[in-house]
Order: sequence, then C-alpha cells, then structure tokens
Amino acid sequence: MASTDVARQPDNGVRPLSLAGHVGFDSLPDQLVNKSTYQGFCFNILCIGETGIGKSTLMDTLFNTNFENFESSHFEPQVKLRAQTYDLQESNVRLRLTVVNTVGFGDQMNKQESYQPVVDYIDRQFESYLQEELKIKRSLHNYHDSRVHACLYFISPSGHSLKSLDLVTMKKLDSKVNIIPVIAKADTISKSELHKFKIKIMSELVSNGVQIYQFPLDDETVAKVNTTMNGHLPFAVVGSTEEVSVGNKMVKARQYPWGVVQVENENHCDFIKLREMLICVNMEDLREQTHTRHYELYRRCKLEEMGFKDTDPECKPVSLQQTYEAKRQEFLVELQKREDEMRQMFVQRVKEKEAELKEAERELQSRFEQLKRLHADEKAALEEKKRLLDDDQSSFGKRRAAAQLLQAQSLTANGKKDKDRKNSGFM
Amino acid sequence: MRSGQRDKGNQKTSGDYVGIDAILEQMRRKAMKQGFELNIMVVGQSGLGKSTLMNTLFKSKVSRKSVLATAQEKIPKTIEIKSISHDIEEKGVRMKLTVIDTPGFGDQINNENCWQPIMKFINDQYEAYLQEEINIDRKKRIPDSRVHCCIYFIPPTGHCLRPLDVEFMRRLSKVVNIVPVIAKADTLTLEERDFFKKKIREELRANGIDVYPQKEFDEDAEDRMINEKIREMIPFAVVGSDQEYQVNGRRLLGRKTKWGTIEVENIAHCEFAYLRDLLIRTHMQNIKDITSSIHYEMYRVRRLNENNTAVSHANGLPEHHLSAHEM
Repeated sequence: MASTDVARQPDNGVRPLSLAGHVGFDSLPDQLVNKSTYQGFCFNILCIGETGIGKSTLMDTLFNTNFENFESSHFEPQVKLRAQTYDLQESNVRLRLTVVNTVGFGDQMNKQESYQPVVDYIDRQFESYLQEELKIKRSLHNYHDSRVHACLYFISPSGHSLKSLDLVTMKKLDSKVNIIPVIAKADTISKSELHKFKIKIMSELVSNGVQIYQFPLDDETVAKVNTTMNGHLPFAVVGSTEEVSVGNKMVKARQYPWGVVQVENENHCDFIKLREMLICVNMEDLREQTHTRHYELYRRCKLEEMGFKDTDPECKPVSLQQTYEAKRQEFLVELQKREDEMRQMFVQRVKEKEAELKEAERELQSRFEQLKRLHADEKAALEEKKRLLDDDQSSFGKRRAAAQLLQAQSLTANGKKDKDRKNSGFM
Repeated sequence: MRSGQRDKGNQKTSGDYVGIDAILEQMRRKAMKQGFELNIMVVGQSGLGKSTLMNTLFKSKVSRKSVLATAQEKIPKTIEIKSISHDIEEKGVRMKLTVIDTPGFGDQINNENCWQPIMKFINDQYEAYLQEEINIDRKKRIPDSRVHCCIYFIPPTGHCLRPLDVEFMRRLSKVVNIVPVIAKADTLTLEERDFFKKKIREELRANGIDVYPQKEFDEDAEDRMINEKIREMIPFAVVGSDQEYQVNGRRLLGRKTKWGTIEVENIAHCEFAYLRDLLIRTHMQNIKDITSSIHYEMYRVRRLNENNTAVSHANGLPEHHLSAHEM
C-alpha cells in the first residue's frame, strides 16, 4: 500500500508522507523476526480421537520425530489428557511443541461426559494465562504459553457420516479452539467413497453449526492456496514412521500385500496438505486466532461472570479498579460475616456441650447416690442379721452355760446320791 | 492429566524437512500487514535543531514546524506537548511515526519542574494503554501511543551538563528510554567534542542516570558487546540538515558554510549516521520492547499497587492484608 496513494483517507489526522531517501526502517520486520527467533516459538496441538486411531503416529510423521508414546489401553474409566512437551529445532528456529493426546476417548460405555475433560483442559490453560496477565508483577514475554493453538479432530473412516460423539464434542469446542478435522486411517477408504464422505462431513458440520477453522484469506500471498485448501477439508491422512523403498528412494509408507500407501504422495492422501497448512503456512495465524479470538472470548466471559463490567447502568465507564475494589470490599464483608457466624456457632456448640456434660454429671451423681443408698441399706440389713446372730449366739451361749451348769449340778447330785447309796449300802 | 518429560536437543533426522522455520516468513508477513508504530519525543531548548534533526532522520518533513505553518514562531510561555503523526512506507514496510515536540522546555527564566508536564504526558500514555488493556471488551490491537524513545538535546557548551540537563535526565530515565545527543555539534572541534562527551558520560555515571541502551537490560554477552560499543559513544554529536549540496559529484545532505560543507552522513564529520543506525536500523525493535516490557510494566505495577494502598488507607486496614489478594 503506497503512501502516495491519493485515495487514502488520513485517519485521526495522520498524514501519509513520502520519503526523500532511504531511511532504513525496512529492516524493522527483520529486527522483529530476529527477536522472536532469539526467544523461540511455542506451539500446542491437541489431538482428539478414539484409541488406536493413529494420533501419535500422525504426530510422529508430521514432525519427523519419535515422540515415544506408548499404546493406551481401551479400558480407561474416564477420558484423560496426556500432554508432553518437546524442544525441536530446524535451522535456527527453536520450537517448543506441546502435544496433548486424549486417552480413552470413545472407549467408555457412556460417552456423555467424554468432552468435559477436554473442555476443562483448554479452559485451564486459558485460566492460567489470564491469571498471569492479571498479576501485578507479571512476566508475559517469558511466560510459557500453554494455550491450545490447534485441535486436530480425528474422524473414524467409516465412510458414512460423523458419529454423534464427534458432533457433540466439536460443537462444544468450536468456540474455544481452532478445530481442524482430519479423516484418520484414510487408506481404508476408496477415492470415490472419500469424496462423498468429505462432502457428507462438511454438510453435517454446517448443518449443526460447528465452526471449524478456516484458513485465512486476507493476505494475498497465501489467499489462493488457502482457498484451495479450504475446499479439501477435512484432510484424509495416513501416518507412518516406517520407510519402504519405492523406486530408488526410501519413503515413509505403509506396506500392504496389495500395494504401498505412500504418506507423502498427494495422490494417496492429504498428509502433505495438512503439513503445509498446519505448519508451513498458517502456524502464526493459528496462534494469533487463539490469542485474539478464543482467549479474548474466554477472558470476557470469565470477567463478566466474576461481575466486572465496562460500563455501569448509567453507561459511564466503570474502571476495573473500582469494580475490583468494590468486589474486594464485598468479599471482606462476606468473610467477616462468615467469621462472626462461625464464632457464634462455636459458642453455641460449646454451650450445648457444656449442658450435655452437666447433665451427664448430674446423672452420674444420682446414680452414685442411689448406689450409696443401696449399699447403706444392705449394710443395715447385714448389721441386723449380725445382731440377730449375735443375739442367737449369746442366748445359745447362755442356754449352754445353763445346761452345763445343770449337768454339772445333776452330776454332783447324782454322785452324792450314789455316794449316799453306797454309803448306806455298806451298813 | 500429567505432563510428560521434555526431550531436549535436536531430534531431526537429516534431510527430512518439516517446515518449522517457515514460521519466520509467516511472522514477517504478519508484521508487514499490520504495520509498525513508533513514537519519538524530542526535548531540548528552542533553537537546538530538534525539528531539523527529525527531518533528517526520516528524510521527510516530519516535524511539527514543517507541517503546521505557524505564522509566529514565538516561544510559548509554558511547556506545551504537541504531537503529530505520519504514515511512512519503505519497501512495503508501513510505519506510523509520531513525533512529539515539547516547545517551551528550558526556555523560561525559572525552569524548575519543567520536566513535570513531560513526565505527565508520558505517564498519561501509559495510563491510556493500561485502561484499554484492562477493559473487558478490548480492541484486537491496542493503539500504542506510549513514548518509545526520548531524544534529549544537549547544547554544545563544551564544558559539562547543566543542572537542568541532569535533573531532567535523572527523572525521566526512570520512565522512558532517553537518548542524549549533542546538538549543533559542528561548533565543536574533535578534541572539544571528545572532552565534552567524556565529561558528560562521567556526570551521567556520577548521577546514576541510565540512558539507552541501559546496562541492566543487556540480554546476553553478544548484546552486551554491541551495547558497550554504543555506550562508549553516547552522547552522539549530531548535525542535522534537510538541504542537499553537491559534494565531490554527489548530492549529499549537509550544511554549507564559508569554510566548508559539513556532510551530515559522513562519520568523519559528525555522528548522525550512528544515531540513525541505532534508532532505526538496528535497535528500533529493542527500544519498543524495553518500553513495553519494562517501563510500561513498572508503571503498571506502581499504578495497581497505589490503588491498593489508597483503598487500604481509606479503610484503615493494614496494607499487607489487602495486597495478598491478587486477582
């Protein structure tokens, strides 16, 4: 856009000016690129698809690396996400790539909540970026951006249409992330079936209002290729890290008894197109869309949910500070109230407990009294018995004494009598 | 969900091209499409050649004087801040250049507090950016009116800095990148110039004034080396001119006097070329980065903290109790 264009309207009092010589700020894009190269780049891909559909293999093929993923089991009770970060380098560009895979997607009997862990993960990344942005002392340029930039949704190659799980999941995600649907294991579909399949998928997406990522058309240099590619969506991909010799070259391919499917052959599958679009042409746009559209939406919703507004009912601009202070006051008042409530409850409980304890003490006391009485009664009874016994004993003793005396008396009387008889007998 | 291990190091098999480095081209395209913004402020007494230097730097009539045909060139009674913007384009790179002029600075009889309106202006720009940034519904690209660079013109006395210079630079180096230049350097001989520069550097050091490029923001050893060379040369002794003269068969920007023609872009004559290279060709992005990631962040921290203390004082609550609550 030449600055000498007469038709250009000056906006905000800015005049276009022509330069009389070479100033040198045409090096500015280079300076910017150099700085970014120094800092390194970040890219995060989320792969959603059923277990065994080829997510890890495709990632390995895309980035020409072995990401060392192990096979997951089909018996996961819930959908989980596994994120792994890698540092890749090509010429002087350093890329910090994070690949997030779903584990157990589509394996459960009840798939109603399958999308939820994915949505939660994406929101968590937005949240942590938002937290960093709202900090007082923040370091945004050093922050490792973990927000998901692209979401590859792997469609099963059934050849007919999308599954309802696919539709539901994509509908939930389309406002949060850039969705790029791909048809996985595309070597199981014939060319004609594939064409029909693609049309069916796109029409289903449109009729269900799912907004997938459209390659941008505003930059003339890439508009043409992007338009063509938009027409080829969803890409039918085949992934493979094994090499097979075809002709006199070793190419990445899958070998079957009936032939060899070459990954990088555009007649066999759309892998090259995917790599072209995802990495070579639109990586920066994906990042930008994530930041300016999806993240801003999240931020707006989150802040509105927390009660912040830009303008109050009289349409005067309300500063975030004021709202924040008001909310903080509210919060502190709330805290104070809760503290008072808790204190009261505590006092109440203490009283209750005290009453309980007193009651128990009283009970104890009464039982003690009762027992004491019982004991006294028994003692009295025993004493009575003892007295009776003593009486008995003493009367018995007396009687015995009397009997003994009588006996003794009778003995002596008898003796005397005998003696007398004896004595009288002799005469 | 657990995060996995990191594989450090180059894992590429040779000869297999992925295309990651295409992102550089993508960034360049994006930057060219969006265009750039640059805001330069010029501060100095009247008559030091500020407008001419701006015109020389950008090879067109960017200064306010050239744009607004003012009938009178009276020195204003108080310091005014006047900014004017231009859209310039070079080899497909578009830039919105804003030149902020400060007529009246240092021209009064009593110059105490002359930095205040300037400081206020700079802080107002930070404030405007902050307000837009904390909006719920904010623009895709927040318009950047923050002052990226402040060129301070030192009159060529040849002796040392004046109290006004020291005071101004001391205060403003904390909020903005200051690039001091010796104006109208064609009145100094080379020896006088070197002596003057050494004296100025000593005084800056003695007063703890950190001018651009600041030592503490050097990123690595390579950066430090480049910046040390620059630091040994500041302040640049510049001569400005927007008139072309014929010298040795070429048309060059210069000042023609009876005793010779001073070529502005000749480094044997004056250091304009170094200033231009620093400001435009090599360090422009760095100047903008330091403004946005350091000066602006410092302002933001100060601003957000002072709100907390203001409220806490109003409520009689201790400061630490409130400052622990970050959003």
